[in-house]
Amino acid sequence: MSLLNVTDLHASVITDDGAQPILKGLTLNVRPGEVHAIMGPNGSGKSTLANVLAGRPGYTVDSGTATLTERGLLELEPFERAQLGLFLAFQYPVEIPGVSNMEFLKASIDSLARARGDEQPNTATYMKQVRELAASLDLDPAFLKRGVNEGFSGGEKKRNEIMQLLLLQPKLALLDETDSGLDIDALKVVAEGVNRYRSANNGVVLITHYQRLLDYIVPDFVHVLSNGKIIESGDKSLALELEAKGYAWLT
Amino acid sequence: MSSSSVDDLVEAGSEYHAGFVTDVESETLPPGLDESVVRYISAQKNEPEWLTQWRLKAFAQWQEMREPNWAHVHYPPINFQDISYYSAPKSQTDGPRSLDEVDPELLRTYEKLGIPLHEQAALAGVVPDPAAIGTPAGANVAVDVVFDSVSIATTFKETLAEAGVIFCPISEAVHSHPELVQKYLGTVIPQRDNYYAALNSAVFSDGSFVYIPKGVRCPMELSTYFRINERNTGQFERTLIIADEGSHVSYLEGCTAPMRDENQLHAAVVELVALGDAQIKYSTVQNWYPGDENGKGGIYNFVTKRGLCAGPRAKISWTQVETGSAITWKYPSVVLRGDDSVGEFYSVALTNNRQQADTGTKMIHMGKNTKSTIVSKGISAGGSANCYRGLVRISPTAHNARNFTQCDSLLIGDQCAAHTFPYIENKNNSATIEHEASTSKVSDDQLFACQQRGIETEQAVSMIVNGFCKEVFRELPMEFAVEAGKLLEVSLEGAVG
Repeated sequence: MSLLNVTDLHASVITDDGAQPILKGLTLNVRPGEVHAIMGPNGSGKSTLANVLAGRPGYTVDSGTATLTERGLLELEPFERAQLGLFLAFQYPVEIPGVSNMEFLKASIDSLARARGDEQPNTATYMKQVRELAASLDLDPAFLKRGVNEGFSGGEKKRNEIMQLLLLQPKLALLDETDSGLDIDALKVVAEGVNRYRSANNGVVLITHYQRLLDYIVPDFVHVLSNGKIIESGDKSLALELEAKGYAWLT
Repeated sequence: MSSSSVDDLVEAGSEYHAGFVTDVESETLPPGLDESVVRYISAQKNEPEWLTQWRLKAFAQWQEMREPNWAHVHYPPINFQDISYYSAPKSQTDGPRSLDEVDPELLRTYEKLGIPLHEQAALAGVVPDPAAIGTPAGANVAVDVVFDSVSIATTFKETLAEAGVIFCPISEAVHSHPELVQKYLGTVIPQRDNYYAALNSAVFSDGSFVYIPKGVRCPMELSTYFRINERNTGQFERTLIIADEGSHVSYLEGCTAPMRDENQLHAAVVELVALGDAQIKYSTVQNWYPGDENGKGGIYNFVTKRGLCAGPRAKISWTQVETGSAITWKYPSVVLRGDDSVGEFYSVALTNNRQQADTGTKMIHMGKNTKSTIVSKGISAGGSANCYRGLVRISPTAHNARNFTQCDSLLIGDQCAAHTFPYIENKNNSATIEHEASTSKVSDDQLFACQQRGIETEQAVSMIVNGFCKEVFRELPMEFAVEAGKLLEVSLEGAVG
């Protein structure tokens, strides 16, 4: 069974000079329980892949398909993709001034519950859960009253993303360079959070520049993305090889 | 915010809920304005001669004045002879009586609008229906309701009287407390202050009068609910609030009107007087009919509001949420005459479709150590134009005056406009004046961040906009803050598509 299936995906980013093709026939299959790392040089299309799958405005899909649990993703609105179980941990989490984290998270879990046809969790239970999760990620529970990412450090923003991952329990987590800008202690906290999330029923796609994250989140597969295509796949040892040799020998 | 209420609102928001017409027989003056109309209105209210003369003086001054044209709003010339200046439901021509005697058709109107006229119901806390959005419904609020040109009922009068508080229609106060009315009327906003204030002074019909005696903290929120019903009439209400030394009062004001294709004029005057150590908090949720999405119809809301901090340590605070009206022209101001007095202005002005708003405040510092704070949040959506205009004036006598101004504009879509016109006149070099301004858009990144967590677009927009307004909403009385949030959601319907 396939959790995420991407087949021959071609996509462009919309710029002032027109559409620039970025993904040029990308194929990827993630089964439940698997962690896939996607590595590659700058400009190879790593973040584009994450954004196109999540439906961020500013991109067009030229051809190809993408499904999550066998449901077509590409024709859905961004919130419908999220309601289907797709989660994107942002590379640059945005600030939403005046909207408290508590309010934001409640709106999110209520929307997801409603989409699943579940009852909305009771507020007291939810608050307790959020506080515990925050504490486990070294986030001061006082942050819940502050605006979403308002005045957060880079590390706090990333830990907040992981907190949301653990709270919302999506089917598939796309982590877009979650390790960038983190010191080693923050990196360990983030990795530990992702490992807690991992289960036989869900999948993780880790987009990263550096192999050091993979010391803490051990992937089942490593793919090298170059010029919009996966040019090499392997197991964890591929990441170590890349670390030693760089990308040049592959391209 | 529970999601079910969001769903209700998405459904409820598809139209202007207060847009119905009450079918009552009215005594309406034919359109036109001359001295006889002024005398007629005065006679209808059995006014004493001094007030008739006061009106006539204002009328003479108005005739010599010109309509202001400096505001950043555009509309065809108003023909003041096409407007009817007085309309009252026939059943109410004898003036307000007890609630039991009010025409049941009128009572039903307020029931539909969710205004608690029954003291029992109000005490128990009424849950407002969607039509009540933007109205001061809630527990423990005394209400004066003004229907076209007359006040039809005032609740909790006895309870308030026990505390010595006077809360009644101004037409009644002219008879029951003539000394107070004569002493203060027009002292904050003189008859010839501006074109619309002069017009109002000549033809004002009804409005509320409040007097809080020395040292009294008003035991409940006071509120007035204004309703325009009759076609082709203008509403010219006049409100006068006097807080005697050391007293406190919080006052709320709400307003709605039927949906009509023609524009209707609303030119009100509100005067506040806070004596030494007194505090007045005045909150408005303005939800006049804004016109349709093509800009047809709607209320012209040309209003003069000003408060005087007459004694030391007095405080006047204006909080307004302006979402209605085709055109808003309104600058609630504070004259800080007493030493150590404080003026505040917190405003959210939202325009959508073809609405135009030119609104802001004036803080006139005269006393020593006077302090003012201005927080203005303008939100423009659709093809609307939203303008902040503010004046901070520090007089030579105002030693150590301080002002802080923050003006933020939020744009939704790319067809709308936001302008900021801050004026600062400083004649005293010991003053401290701070001004911060920002303009931002509801960014695609913010919207996407919400959507990526499963939050639907409309809810995401209203969450972001509510967050933007938070500093103002927290100044509103509790029930009002909730209503204001809902009103924003409804007013933003279809702003993002």
